[in-house]
Amino acid sequence: MTTVVSPGKGAGSGELAEATSSNSSLRRFLHGLPGVDQVGAEARAAMLGTRSIKTTAKEFAIDLAIRMVDLTTLEGQDTPGKVRALSAKAMRPDPADPSCPQVAAVCVYPDMVAVAKETLGTSGVHVASVATAFPSGRAAMDIKLADTRDAVEAGADEIDMVIDRGAFLSGRYLEVYDEIVAVREACARPDGTAAHLKVIFETGELQTYDNVRRASWLAMMAGADFIKTSTGKVQPAATLPVTLVMLEAVRDFREATGQMVGVKPAGGIRTSKDAIKYLVTVNEVAGPDWLDPEWFRFGASTLLNDLLMQRTKMKTGRYSGPDYFTLD
Amino acid sequence: MTEKNVSTGSTAEETGTHPVDPRAAFEYAPAPESRAVVDIRSSYGLFINGEFTDPAGGRSFKTVSPASEEVLAEVAEASAEDVDRAVKAARRAYTKVWSTMPGRERAKYLFRIARIIQERSRELAVLESLDNGKPIRESRDVDVPLVASWFFYYAGWADKLEYAGLGPEPRPLGVAAQVIPWNFPLMMLAWKIAPALAAGNTVVLKPAETTPLTALLFAEICQQADLPEGVVNIVTGAGETGRALVSHDDVDKVAFTGSTDVGRQIAKAVAGSDKRVTLELGGKAANIVFDDAPVDQAVEGIVNGIFFNQGHVCCAGSRLLVQESVAEEVLHSLKRRMATLRVGDPLDKNTDIGAINSREQLEKIRELSDVGDEEGASRWSPACELPATGFWFPPTIFTGVTQAHRIAREEIFGPVLSVLTFRTPAEAVEKANNTPFGLSAGVWTDKGSRILWMADKLRAGVVWANTFNRFDPASPFGGYKESGYGREGGRHGLEAYVR
Repeated sequence: MTTVVSPGKGAGSGELAEATSSNSSLRRFLHGLPGVDQVGAEARAAMLGTRSIKTTAKEFAIDLAIRMVDLTTLEGQDTPGKVRALSAKAMRPDPADPSCPQVAAVCVYPDMVAVAKETLGTSGVHVASVATAFPSGRAAMDIKLADTRDAVEAGADEIDMVIDRGAFLSGRYLEVYDEIVAVREACARPDGTAAHLKVIFETGELQTYDNVRRASWLAMMAGADFIKTSTGKVQPAATLPVTLVMLEAVRDFREATGQMVGVKPAGGIRTSKDAIKYLVTVNEVAGPDWLDPEWFRFGASTLLNDLLMQRTKMKTGRYSGPDYFTLD
Repeated sequence: MTEKNVSTGSTAEETGTHPVDPRAAFEYAPAPESRAVVDIRSSYGLFINGEFTDPAGGRSFKTVSPASEEVLAEVAEASAEDVDRAVKAARRAYTKVWSTMPGRERAKYLFRIARIIQERSRELAVLESLDNGKPIRESRDVDVPLVASWFFYYAGWADKLEYAGLGPEPRPLGVAAQVIPWNFPLMMLAWKIAPALAAGNTVVLKPAETTPLTALLFAEICQQADLPEGVVNIVTGAGETGRALVSHDDVDKVAFTGSTDVGRQIAKAVAGSDKRVTLELGGKAANIVFDDAPVDQAVEGIVNGIFFNQGHVCCAGSRLLVQESVAEEVLHSLKRRMATLRVGDPLDKNTDIGAINSREQLEKIRELSDVGDEEGASRWSPACELPATGFWFPPTIFTGVTQAHRIAREEIFGPVLSVLTFRTPAEAVEKANNTPFGLSAGVWTDKGSRILWMADKLRAGVVWANTFNRFDPASPFGGYKESGYGREGGRHGLEAYVR
């Protein structure tokens, strides 16, 4: 997954370019976006959660969800062995069933990128690396950039950066914007291509839907390829209403600029039932164009096995026990 | 029913240059709720004095499923003689049992009914969707839960009437004659019966002729709850039966929900008698969207305001008043949202818009929509395939509507929205109030002070702020002007049933 770098691509044109000319104009722009009514947004998400997805639709959704998984391990105790095992699982989620699709990517810390890359080889499964002093984002700018470059040099296809929530919450929007632009530049490779950039908001810390909408536009204008809810280290992580608000943002951004940006909810999505609710929301809010691993991902670890169990159940008519699915 | 639940995605020109990948076609497979949960009898008698009895004249009528025109059951038609029998039974039950029973004992029956409604909720929801045409998602998630909550709420009042602020010793009125419409058959029944019984009255209720089945199932629930005979009587029939009921001499109270025309006839029929009357009639609510509104939620509110229950809602937000500066943006979002509405089989769990309740109502909607065309408003509906049998009308909006258009003044009672614009808050209020009705209104703005200012100025019984069509048993509901008088729900709802 590679794109040619053109810094600040999102803010390339007219009004949006002007909005990023100073902190005050950026603030005016972001605060001029339509507000989000919390009760209404949550009611809409709850309604979409009642859609009943059965038979052929369910089969379609489960396979699609598997293809959208960023299989993740982000622990202090990660070892090369663990990462190799996870990578093997990513390529063959269900060893008993060759028709089972592989996942989209494996998501690891920067120091594990090389191991993952080596194991995954040319399988087509991407390596995503968190960066920029994940998960808190509290480090000096040059350290964040070095962190990013490290990961890219080690072969990461995708970089999951965190924004500086402190700067965002204190209204220093331009600082957040500039940081995303700088990290985006650090994603560039010598051959002119660049790693895909996912921007994590840590919505559990931003707290309000208004903030989520503003952060979404800020990141898209700075050139994010994906906007992502959470690190998984803060509760609440991804929720359906937060994802709904972000999907509205990418939909509106495409209407305004013609550019498509992906969405990745991460953390807390554990069951097939939950994953299907997200896919319904993608389908009905952003539209079917986003129903593709290139534009929508799940950051998850335990979700995959539940998807596999449901998949086997759909195919055989029987539930197998958890021992029939591999642990990693 | 329809194999394909019609849902047209946005058109290519709306979504830009990205064609839909065939692999990514997320077509929802049919997900029908099972009909097997409910037993529909082939014929129903009248529920009088605790049992189902044959009508004196032996006449009956058919009730059909509006989605398929399939006949569901034969239902007895009550004559004046049957109505008299029902009122006598109610009078007997009132004098001998219900009015003298302590409030806490009445409460026990109401609590029991509420719990049985919850236990049999699926059955009630399926039957409601079959007979009425509304989507199962609504009957399951809105109607039936509200019905149970209404009984729970008023059960709580039954032994606390002295503390309701209705005087030191509130007394029941006697026998209540209640006539309800077809749009929310079971919910309207609950709004009528729960407060009446809590206050110590007995009732004779007539459901609408196109939707009698859930009321008859409710009669079975009364039996199951061991409710003393005659406290609740259900007589089925059409206009004649209703007339006989409201003009019966031994009725102390008349409660009606329905059209303004029939409401007027009832008011005339009871004029000069000492019957107490409450009327909940039509509406032409303004849903007012300001330029600082949360747009995505406002669009949801507009959709919910007019397409909920196929627009068969007296308090429907059938006039959209949108501030001119954001009109284009709001309409664009609204059309995009409307393109995702799924019209079809009411029993499919993914259906958003079901069938129009009757051929007669469909004709009325068509007629008024044609008037909209003739008067020069422009009509828009998303591309959607309607089933071949049954009564259907696509979700529709008319733009370029002014106060002078008939579709901005008359109640259509269907999924048809008239869009008007305004420039200032004062103009919004002026236009919103410029209607013979006054049941409800909606205000969408991020400004709290403006909400309060608007609520103060709007001549409507209910004003929703940043939401629409929300109901709660603790909140009074009712209208101004041609929308009727009296309040249902809350402490205020008891007032109509005590002296």
